[in-house]
Amino acid sequence: MNNKKTILQTIKDSSVLYTLIAIITGFVVGAVLLAVIGINPLEAYGKLADGIFGKPKYIAWSIVYASPLILTGLSVAFSFKTGVFNIGAEGQFVVGSMAACIVGVCLDLPPVLHVFACALAAMVAGALWGTIVAVLKVKKGINEVLSYIMFNWIAYYLSNYLVNTEFLHNEGNAEATKDIVDSASIICPDFITKLTDCKNTNWGIVIAVVAAIVIWFIISKTTLGFQLRAVGFNKNAAEYGGINSNAAVMKAMAISGAMAGLGGMVQLCGMGSRISQFSGQEGFGFEGISVALIASSNPIGCIFSGIFYGMMKYGGTKLTLINAPSEVIDIIMGVIVLFIAISHIFRYLLNKKKGGK
Amino acid sequence: MDAFISNLGLIINATLTATPPLLFAALGSCFSERSGVVNIGIEGMMTVGAFSGSVIALYTGNGWLAFLAAGIFGALVALIHAYACISCGADQTISGTAINFLAPGLAIFICRAMFDNSSDTPPIDTTAKIPKLFDGVFEVGSFGYNVFSTYAAAYLCFILVAVVWFIFYKTKFGMRLRAVGEHPKACDTLGINVFRIRYICVITSGFLAGLGGAYITLATVNQFRPALIVGQGFIAIAAVIFGKFTPQGAMKGCLLFGLCNGIKTLASTNPNIAISPNLISMIPYIVTIVALVLFVGKSHVPAASGKPYTKSK
Repeated sequence: MNNKKTILQTIKDSSVLYTLIAIITGFVVGAVLLAVIGINPLEAYGKLADGIFGKPKYIAWSIVYASPLILTGLSVAFSFKTGVFNIGAEGQFVVGSMAACIVGVCLDLPPVLHVFACALAAMVAGALWGTIVAVLKVKKGINEVLSYIMFNWIAYYLSNYLVNTEFLHNEGNAEATKDIVDSASIICPDFITKLTDCKNTNWGIVIAVVAAIVIWFIISKTTLGFQLRAVGFNKNAAEYGGINSNAAVMKAMAISGAMAGLGGMVQLCGMGSRISQFSGQEGFGFEGISVALIASSNPIGCIFSGIFYGMMKYGGTKLTLINAPSEVIDIIMGVIVLFIAISHIFRYLLNKKKGGK
Repeated sequence: MDAFISNLGLIINATLTATPPLLFAALGSCFSERSGVVNIGIEGMMTVGAFSGSVIALYTGNGWLAFLAAGIFGALVALIHAYACISCGADQTISGTAINFLAPGLAIFICRAMFDNSSDTPPIDTTAKIPKLFDGVFEVGSFGYNVFSTYAAAYLCFILVAVVWFIFYKTKFGMRLRAVGEHPKACDTLGINVFRIRYICVITSGFLAGLGGAYITLATVNQFRPALIVGQGFIAIAAVIFGKFTPQGAMKGCLLFGLCNGIKTLASTNPNIAISPNLISMIPYIVTIVALVLFVGKSHVPAASGKPYTKSK
């Protein structure tokens, strides 16, 4: 009996339960809205489920969509641990793909090495983008939310500038760079892409999972991770305990930027193989915020929430087939995040009920 | 000299076009932030304002009515944020992020449902837009026309700066608002209703953000499109931080963005300037950072900003 109670209590205390409640609420709200505009929600969700799980090919595509989101999610989750809100993952993602593009187009290296070079360049670029903001914050006291937003836009226009520079510009395609050479591509060999029937099946998911494990290791098993968490929890106490909080924040923002940059590389080398002129921010960084929040900033959780987001994003494109607005996906994700934000209310209510007995 | 004056007129005109949406939203952000509630959701509230404004103008043909209604819809979205952050003690950044997915998603969702699966609203008639001041007084394209004959709501936002300044610094409510953002517990002890003041401020911020969004659909362009707002809400927040959370400072921030935009517009239409338009587009963002480093420096964030207030027993 006692044992049973503890299990129940464990479930009540676990954030997974509240995440599930939030996800269910999201779908319910989406269903109500669909019904209001005269679309059968069951039909729409059936189409969505079919668009995600209907064929192995669809699952493969969902995972391709998920990989960069897991990485931007990790980026945001890592920054949250130190109490920094990395709203700049968007820009770091863009500079990451720019760096990977330059290395992927201009260098001539053996296959595997070339991929590593692209990844390294992307991580360095992303880390640099994050570090500039960190330096402005630590040395000049400039609010990081502001500079992140500014650097998102600087990256955006820099990328559009790069598309039109002579050494990268694709003569045949007025609005894109040249394609990266094959040795820099992370697309799986033919026998795998034939098997999954998805031409962009790539190693991105492996990169993302490895990154998640590394980030988990840094946060929970290293001195640096301990320092970062301490600073995030209580900056003054951490400093009193001899931790240089400024240095910790700078390291966190750099690592966070590196993850977003790596996300840009995965998207470029696995999906686009070139950078096209932007007409609006692509949103990988902003979606990463949701990924991190759904995972309660847990790096391993980011793998699952990233895949969930990837599935929704890919499956959502199928909704147009039955004339249902695909924006219902944004609404569902928004409601999920909103309910995660107020999840402690459920926790309180559930525990109060128990206390009343 | 004539060319200089005409260019100056064009720059002022472009500044007056780009600044108002930001300034309305920034004034809204001032209210919310100063009362201690971070409102990242300004962006979503602007989108809802832009959409509802264009739809109501389409059906009523009355620009001012649509403008006002857009503010009310923005305020309704803000009510969600207020409820989550103030009554439920939610993490304000998370709630704001949720609003930024939810609100634009909802706007485009309804748009598709209303207008035959199109994500754009049909264009509204010129008569249904917000009227231009001094229409017909100045010759089209003249300096006077460029400077004085712009949409009436553009001047309204500058008047609002003075109004908000007055509310913040010359009224009892303003003093309480600022105090609640610094030390809610002390205010509570003195019998000030922290929740009520924060609710009013967050809802006001949504109202003003809605007006900012509607300015774009009712003045700058004549229809709602999904990519219309993207980023402007964040720029408004940046302007507020730049302006140290004061209405007059936020105005300077918005004017800086507006001016850089004006110069950008002028430069991109001038064939004599050979710099890439993408590099010119970066100027506002770089200037903001440089200005912060050199002149403005550290800004004081309201002490209770981002922290949910719970009455302890």
